[in-house]
Amino acid sequence: MSATQQAIAVTRASPARSARRAWRGGLHGSEFIWAIAFALPYVAVFLAFVIYPIAYGIYLGAQPQLYAQLFADPRYLSSVVNTLVYVGVGVNVKMFFAFLLSGFFMRKNWWVKALLVIYILPWATPALPAYMSIHWFVNGQWGMLNNVLYLLFGIDGPVYLNDHWMGLACNIGAYIWKNMPFWTIILLAGRMAIPQELYEAAAVDGATGLRKFAHVTYPLMANLYLVCVLLDTVFALGDFNATFFVSGGGPAMSTEVLATLGIRYAFTTALPRLGVATVMSALPLLIPLVIILMRKLRPSEGQL
Amino acid sequence: MSATVAGRKIGSPLHYRLRRYFVEALCLLLGFVLVIWTLAPIYNMWMIALDSHDDVFNGSVWPAHASLESFRVVATEDFWYLEHFWHQFGNSFIVGGMTTLLTLLIGSLASFTVSRMHLRNGWMLTNAALMTYVIPASFLAIPFYRIMQIYGLSNHLSSVILALTTFATPYAIFIFSQYSKSIPMELDESARIDGANPWQIYYKIYLPLMAPALVAVGTYALLLAWNEYLYNFLMLSTPESMTVAVALAQFLNSDESPWNFMMATAIVYAIPPIVLYYGFRRYMAAGLTMGGVKG
Repeated sequence: MSATQQAIAVTRASPARSARRAWRGGLHGSEFIWAIAFALPYVAVFLAFVIYPIAYGIYLGAQPQLYAQLFADPRYLSSVVNTLVYVGVGVNVKMFFAFLLSGFFMRKNWWVKALLVIYILPWATPALPAYMSIHWFVNGQWGMLNNVLYLLFGIDGPVYLNDHWMGLACNIGAYIWKNMPFWTIILLAGRMAIPQELYEAAAVDGATGLRKFAHVTYPLMANLYLVCVLLDTVFALGDFNATFFVSGGGPAMSTEVLATLGIRYAFTTALPRLGVATVMSALPLLIPLVIILMRKLRPSEGQL
Repeated sequence: MSATVAGRKIGSPLHYRLRRYFVEALCLLLGFVLVIWTLAPIYNMWMIALDSHDDVFNGSVWPAHASLESFRVVATEDFWYLEHFWHQFGNSFIVGGMTTLLTLLIGSLASFTVSRMHLRNGWMLTNAALMTYVIPASFLAIPFYRIMQIYGLSNHLSSVILALTTFATPYAIFIFSQYSKSIPMELDESARIDGANPWQIYYKIYLPLMAPALVAVGTYALLLAWNEYLYNFLMLSTPESMTVAVALAQFLNSDESPWNFMMATAIVYAIPPIVLYYGFRRYMAAGLTMGGVKG
């Protein structure tokens, strides 16, 4: 058992023990009623707004013929591919760069600190204005991107949002742009939590750059990195805004992901059952993720 | 690092100095690329907002005739999409404020029972919260819409407030449970010996000591509510009940929308959360890393 694991185990045990001392003999009478009363608001919210919608959704999406209908729909199949690409590329590319940048932001120069303040601006900006701006930024005729390309290199850029793969790339790029600062900050905090003594000890043992990374940074950051990737996979899977506002799902619904296609089925074409079935078809991917994350995120284990 | 420090002391062998300059130059280059990457869409937003209507389409990369006309239009509600702009702005504040209050109240009460009173089976509450946290909100939108109709809350601000409270509370419970570990149990004990009931312990001891966590979670909930789009869009349909996010997206319904007005609206909408974020940045960062992002 490593030192950190021991530390975690100790923090896990001690509050429970002292709590038992505080409420000796368990909860009795009025105290038990207080405890129930305190928990009640959340239980009510959970039952009314989480369990009920889930149960209702399962009821709506329970007919097998819905799934036959879905699999016969080419737009659905392309949206599954898009979702996998969106999540796979969007999450991993972003995390990789966020991890590298968190190392960059450990530098102590004044201008790196100033840069960090600018760098988190996309995270502070609401999604809607940001994605609307990116939609215009990549517009083929009047967009800033093509204007700049023309000014600098004299080339006419393509009409990005008229092409399936380029449209998808724009959505992914927008998602990365918006969320990378957040994960950089998380990973930066993780790096800062590594005791400096470990690096000093490694230096005494003769480790430099790459070896310090392999034997100190990597083992201590691996778990956090994994949790971040899993958590962001769930977030990316459910991301509606980037696709809806950057490419709008177009051209011809070819860049839709499951989250946007479900909403479109339900509210544009008034087929709520089909919409629910679209979303439910992500469950084989979502459920294992939820189970792993719930284990990893248990409060006592202290991750994000 | 120690090599360069040592190098500086003994008069820097040339290759150390060169290497340091090289690394520094690379860092500057990276910083430059980051600034461009970060600011390009934001600059684009301002450029369109400052353009006059015709200039939006002239292919320039800076506003030819910069003017604050679009902002005047937004401020005076001088366009038919913006007729109720300040009312909608108020709606956004109501949704944000109420979501924050409810999240703090429900979250702190629940985490008090779990982490301070140790209700038997309290772990079920924690797990319920965790599960809610890792289910994407957009996946629940369709049944949620129907359920709000069943509850008779459709097109009412409270439907959005309740929905967003549902999605913000799990994070609150999680952060509160983490943070309350730093408050000694002995305080509760001594209050109990002095005859305080659980409500008094909660109100007089737990809440004041939890202030930093309350600020962090409050900021989180407020930003979540202000920035959310999907639930706002589905639940709120009339101009009087809309929040700014929905009103802003309305510009996309028409092909002939004045994009400069849209971007000016977007900027006005984005300013409160940005100010809030930078104002409470320290608390936010503390909140996100609270409980230790341990290795």
